[in-house]
Amino acid sequence: MNTPSQQFEVKPKLDESGSPIGELLEISMGPHHPSTHGVFRMDVVLDGETVVKLKPVFGYLHRNHEKIGENISYLASMPYTDRLDYLCSMTNNWAYALTVEKLAGLAVPERAEYIRVIMAELTRLQNHTCLIGFFVQDMGALGTPMMYAFREREKILDLFESVSGARMMCNYMRFGGVRVDVSDEWLAETKKVVGDYGKFLDEFETFLTENEILLARTQFVGVMPKELAISASITGPMLRAAGVNYDLRKVDKYGIYSRFDFKVPVGEHGDIYDRYMVRVLEMRESIKILTRALADIPAGPVMDPKAKLRGFRPKAGEVYGRVEGPKGELGFYLISDGSPNPYRYRVRPPSFINLTILEDMCLGHKISDAVVILGSVDIVLGEVDR
Amino acid sequence: MIEAGLKNELQKQGVYVTSLQELYNWGRANSVWPLTFGLACCAIEMMAASMARFDLARFGAEVFRPSPRQADLMIVAGTVTKKMAPLVVRLYNQMPEPKYVIAMGACAISGGPFKQGYNVLKGVDRYIPVDVAIPGCPPRPEALLHAIMTLQEKILNQKLTGPDRPRHLKAEVEGAYPVPVYGRHDLEPPNNPALWQPPAIKR
Repeated sequence: MNTPSQQFEVKPKLDESGSPIGELLEISMGPHHPSTHGVFRMDVVLDGETVVKLKPVFGYLHRNHEKIGENISYLASMPYTDRLDYLCSMTNNWAYALTVEKLAGLAVPERAEYIRVIMAELTRLQNHTCLIGFFVQDMGALGTPMMYAFREREKILDLFESVSGARMMCNYMRFGGVRVDVSDEWLAETKKVVGDYGKFLDEFETFLTENEILLARTQFVGVMPKELAISASITGPMLRAAGVNYDLRKVDKYGIYSRFDFKVPVGEHGDIYDRYMVRVLEMRESIKILTRALADIPAGPVMDPKAKLRGFRPKAGEVYGRVEGPKGELGFYLISDGSPNPYRYRVRPPSFINLTILEDMCLGHKISDAVVILGSVDIVLGEVDR
Repeated sequence: MIEAGLKNELQKQGVYVTSLQELYNWGRANSVWPLTFGLACCAIEMMAASMARFDLARFGAEVFRPSPRQADLMIVAGTVTKKMAPLVVRLYNQMPEPKYVIAMGACAISGGPFKQGYNVLKGVDRYIPVDVAIPGCPPRPEALLHAIMTLQEKILNQKLTGPDRPRHLKAEVEGAYPVPVYGRHDLEPPNNPALWQPPAIKR
């Protein structure tokens, strides 16, 4: 039987002392490279075309997010969280708002909880759609899947724009609720977009899921074993593709996720194809959650009346809050000393931690596969370097 | 120079008259090839501008080239950090003349929201000459389209002879700019003195 490791594991030829035979070529890929999803550098050592060593180099987009966060007030950090993972600003907002609410003991009104779930799931839809577009482009499908992905993304961005005023940097959530209420027309429009999304996914999958090139490039490539994933604290679709059933929406049940009935897709092999498939299935579950949330949303206020945004001073203490972002566990850790600024402000970025095992996944594969493996990790450099 | 009235009259008769300068600029302006150079958030809007809804191809600028040797336009889309600044200048130096720069977004213009950070360059115009600046954080794709149109206007109006001819036609001007290095505390030099000087403080 051909198990993945037997069939595809390629090791460089070694001499007696254990060093590879022949000349090795060291390539510096990036920071200006079209497939590195931003400014990320990989120092790759190649034996022929096979990767024997890979060292990620970070820091080209280090823009002092955490240090700035310690010098400004709690509320002023909210727009900065948009720019962490700039594809999914809504979930970043939610993670930060959740953390501060935990610290200050604020309650969130029912309607605001529903709005948050709707926004987070819309974000998940557009993030996964774009990601699939990006990484299929890394495999050489230039343009077309990206065009389809961005066409759908624009529809969701229109919804974000009409409610928050900005396409990408929404800055929408506040401690104890959300900034503005959504209108009935907005909800009707969202229902329409969500209703059509399933059809788009069917179309997308017709092109991709059983595509011969996609199967050849992704199956049994970049395999991440379950044990490695757990010991490296990988989270999100990467972890679930490796076969671990761990979703913070089920584990923590933050917000009102306990009210929704949805499944957590889990992969089997932990290869790129499983990561692709887990994301597609997750989008289908998101549509289910969205349909339910849009039907159930109650009327009422969207801000906790006790919440005081200006002159906000939480009591001293420390807190860690986390949500299941589209890329994994996004956490914020805050230490308050009772002043208007946090004493320590720390982000637990999912894409940075998921990136730490890049070398383990790439070893033994070809250099062109390393590009696809990097694409399947789903990194955003704003979050990796902060 | 042929006068406009005569030119119109001739065009009605099906005779098109132009000067070499206009023809050359017309060709250049309608095929500005940008460098695939995404730095941060603005890069996503840059991609959105080239995708289905906004369709940068209408302006002949959709051919994103991964290599600086084939590009005419550098869209500095995002925050330039001090680690990235030498590479930005090096990429700019590697582009062939005539070349143009669009500073997209608040970060590229001035450091934007991250200006107070210790690692952020406060404006890419300290090292390379910027032709068009787009405000916004991030600017909408329409703003990028407007910037491309502004740049096209600039190219169309460039004179190829005379004292105000563009830099690449002046033999005495250096083609490449000095690449900063990361010194003990900061980038050295902190700015390119030929391009940008710190504003004089009047007391």
